[in-house]
Amino acid sequence: MAKLALAATSGKSCKILLGLRLLAFSATLSAAIVMGLNKETETFVVGKVGNTPIKATFTAKFDHTPAFVFFVVANAMVSFHNLLMIALQIFGGEMEFTGFRLLSVAILDMLNVTLISAAANAAAFMAEVGKNGNKHARWDKICDRFATYCDHGAGALIAAFAGVILMLIISAASISRLVQPNKCCSTTASPSVVP
Amino acid sequence: MVKLTQRLGGLVLRFAAFCAALGAVIAMITSRERSSFFVISLVAKYSDLAAFKYFVIANAIVTVYSFLVLFLPKESLLWKFVVVLDLMVTMLLTSSLSAAVAVAQVGKRGNANAGWLPICGQVPRFCDQITGALIAGLVALVLYVFLLIFSIHHVVDPFLLRKS
Repeated sequence: MAKLALAATSGKSCKILLGLRLLAFSATLSAAIVMGLNKETETFVVGKVGNTPIKATFTAKFDHTPAFVFFVVANAMVSFHNLLMIALQIFGGEMEFTGFRLLSVAILDMLNVTLISAAANAAAFMAEVGKNGNKHARWDKICDRFATYCDHGAGALIAAFAGVILMLIISAASISRLVQPNKCCSTTASPSVVP
Repeated sequence: MVKLTQRLGGLVLRFAAFCAALGAVIAMITSRERSSFFVISLVAKYSDLAAFKYFVIANAIVTVYSFLVLFLPKESLLWKFVVVLDLMVTMLLTSSLSAAVAVAQVGKRGNANAGWLPICGQVPRFCDQITGALIAGLVALVLYVFLLIFSIHHVVDPFLLRKS
């Protein structure tokens, strides 16, 4: 087991890539979990009957907004992708990384970069509308009443944007591995043509 | 002969993406509608919502970028850089489209839990034009994903098919 891990992380660029993938995995997973468990219940006074105030209970959950649902699902998918790539890098050290496998890793990384950037941006703009409201469309802001909900959402967004930056670096590294195939984690040589 | 058709295919894709992004920008900018609501008349324009402003800016950047890359000569050394820039431009396109769709969906359906009413009932022509702009943005995004795969296949040559 230790020998496998050692073989997979030989070379400094391998260690850096593995570390980046671990960071991206933890960032997107924490973003998904924090937003998924985001829920706040508050009671407000909505009116008065004579002298007694009428209270109503309102809940703010993440699945009231489709953009946040997309955010949770996309972050879960990207963290699963990173987990798969980490497992491939650690336990797949004996496999040959020839053309098609390397290309599929690069293409999957690119698709996940676009997915996570879309999810993070959609949630960010919806959160901006929720925080500032929009007086042209007459939408009230909700962050003054549900402060904890907004804070947790902001934390999840920060984690997701960190995941975006990390995924971009990882994707650039994967594409550069296409140009120099012998660089990392391929124990047997790929086709020996000078690039 | 094969190389000529490949280069022509790349040019056609990029020109189509340029047209789609330009169409999205123009459709979003010219969407402006005045509606009267009892005695109040309100004007709905794209700059009321931050997500639409970001959409216009991102698609404008993509338009300019595609136009510039159309004129890149074939033997230039910048083609490897174009692959990286294509990836970043695809990220920009998808993030702007996703944000605009998220906000437009609230405008069309409202959000009952937050007390936000839909606005499309009062300004239907504005809503239709925004929908058209978003569809053009989606077409530009799909074309750029094809272009990205195309650039990687021809520039980076992962299967090492070229014998140069």
